[in-house]
Amino acid sequence: MKTDPLAIQVEACAKTYPDGTQGLLATTLRVEAGEIMALLGPSGCGKTSLLRIIAGLETPDHGGRILFGDQDVTQRPVQARKIGMVFQHYALFPQMTVIENIGYGLKINRCPDHERTVRVGELVELVRLNGLQNKRPAELSGGQRQRVALARAIAVSPRVLLLDEPLTALDAKLKESVRDELAELLRRLRITTIHVTHDQHEAMAIADRLAVMRAGQIVQVGIAEDLYRSPEHAFVAEFLGRINTLSRSVEDASRDLLLLGGAQLTCPSTYGTKVLLRPEDIRLSQPAQSIPCGIVLQRQFLGDRVHLRVTIENQNALLIDAPRDCKTIAGERIGLVIDPLTFIPCKDEK
Amino acid sequence: MVSRRSNSKVSWVLLCVTAVVTLFMLTPMVLSVTAGLVNQYSQGVSSGLTTKWLEQVWASYGSTVGWSLALALACVVGNLFLGIPCAYALARSRANWARIFEDLLTLPVAIPGLATGLALILSYGQFRDFRQSFYFILVGHMIFTLPFMVRSLSAALQRREFVALEEAASTLGANFVQRLVGILLPAILPTIFAASLMVLTLSIGEFNLTWMLHTPLTRTLPVGLADSYASMRIEVGSAYTLVFFMLVLPLLWALQAVGTLLSRRYEN
Repeated sequence: MKTDPLAIQVEACAKTYPDGTQGLLATTLRVEAGEIMALLGPSGCGKTSLLRIIAGLETPDHGGRILFGDQDVTQRPVQARKIGMVFQHYALFPQMTVIENIGYGLKINRCPDHERTVRVGELVELVRLNGLQNKRPAELSGGQRQRVALARAIAVSPRVLLLDEPLTALDAKLKESVRDELAELLRRLRITTIHVTHDQHEAMAIADRLAVMRAGQIVQVGIAEDLYRSPEHAFVAEFLGRINTLSRSVEDASRDLLLLGGAQLTCPSTYGTKVLLRPEDIRLSQPAQSIPCGIVLQRQFLGDRVHLRVTIENQNALLIDAPRDCKTIAGERIGLVIDPLTFIPCKDEK
Repeated sequence: MVSRRSNSKVSWVLLCVTAVVTLFMLTPMVLSVTAGLVNQYSQGVSSGLTTKWLEQVWASYGSTVGWSLALALACVVGNLFLGIPCAYALARSRANWARIFEDLLTLPVAIPGLATGLALILSYGQFRDFRQSFYFILVGHMIFTLPFMVRSLSAALQRREFVALEEAASTLGANFVQRLVGILLPAILPTIFAASLMVLTLSIGEFNLTWMLHTPLTRTLPVGLADSYASMRIEVGSAYTLVFFMLVLPLLWALQAVGTLLSRRYEN
């Protein structure tokens, strides 16, 4: 039943809705065979439109093409694309039991009864739904429904697996455990997968590569570490985690300098007049003349770390992630140790 | 404390209002029904209880019961046959004509039944066999009740979860018929049942249109009721009301129970 994974090629696909709304600007993207690609972005950025075009649930504007491997599937209806899809709220068939839901695709594709029973049994085992085979969706928890939806999608041995915000309907605690399970399961399946989400942690945990989207277009594609450490756009840096934006004059920039909290730090002129810095790249120290200093405005203990907001000369207030045993209190003057190598250039200044 | 006291005051007021309204609505029903069980309405219960008016009504109008129920059931079947495809088309269409068509479909509800009846007589009255059969009344009932069926089903089919169900089935390879018959219709079964129940009750109780369309040989319960009221004997009219209640209420309760059962079974 297992099929070889296929690459997905999206070529110049745009989507204009009947009311004139441009849901997606001309977008090109390649997802390698067996790869898990996350489409990450805020609500309304076009990620679901792109996923639905790939699925065949929406048609792209004239000129757009979707290829599965070498095969152009742009004109193929959704039922002929051999895809598996997990929907945001799972869309389980309410009148059917767990095994009927999982076996539905096999049944309508005329899979012989005994083969279907074996396959459904394997999937029930795979997604750990033993004992729940005859329950209906209404009798299952959110996590169990999610697993049924996934099993149903992969039962038909899809060439491509599409996940539309599959964890959104779960509460925060369950989400984390299901996320890890899903990541592990997808690695084992090796199906070319596109995973739509607005949660950067979910995308980073599950996907091999991320395509960050904004306002109907892909802003940057890459592996999570690269996007986090070397974002090409301020939007990507901000979307993947909290970030400080530091500014400097053109003159300071030309001299490779950045004024921060009464100190001069080295920062290449090529970085421009706005520079980004992650809160976890700032270490705390005793105040000293040679290093930037500031006053703690706010202290929040978050369990695994302490979150500080610090006012500082020459710049807007800085966010700092300090270790959880940091004793610094609000109002205290502190020194900041910053490695200039951790500065990130801000390429699209706002 | 203050809030609890004011809450209890509000709940007392609500309880009193509810009791008054309930009493106001139940009194005519009770009076009307009891009038059919006493010998002399003017003397009340003191004149003695009797079933003779009920027997008289049954002897004169018993046949209208069967016809009314058959007509209502045929109306439900016809509405399902026409209403389901129509509701699906309206729910999935993004075109403006679909909205205009939906508004047109609702017109018979807004227009007095007498006018619809007259229009039907003017248009098809010359087809004598048709005019004198129950089919003529059936057509009238279907025109009147179809919007209730279509609107209910169309609203259900437009709901995001049902659109998602259909999309989920299509991603698994299901064609249109498999999606409609295997997924959508079972999923909206509680709505189909509720709409059918509404059509059934509307058809059983429909008077305006039926009064225009009926012939002496094609009378329904409400038309018989009007005839019995016209007999000027209040006990007979009231006995007819009682017959109406005895037939319709158990039927409605049974159907409601089935509807509730379906809703529980198919809730997601």
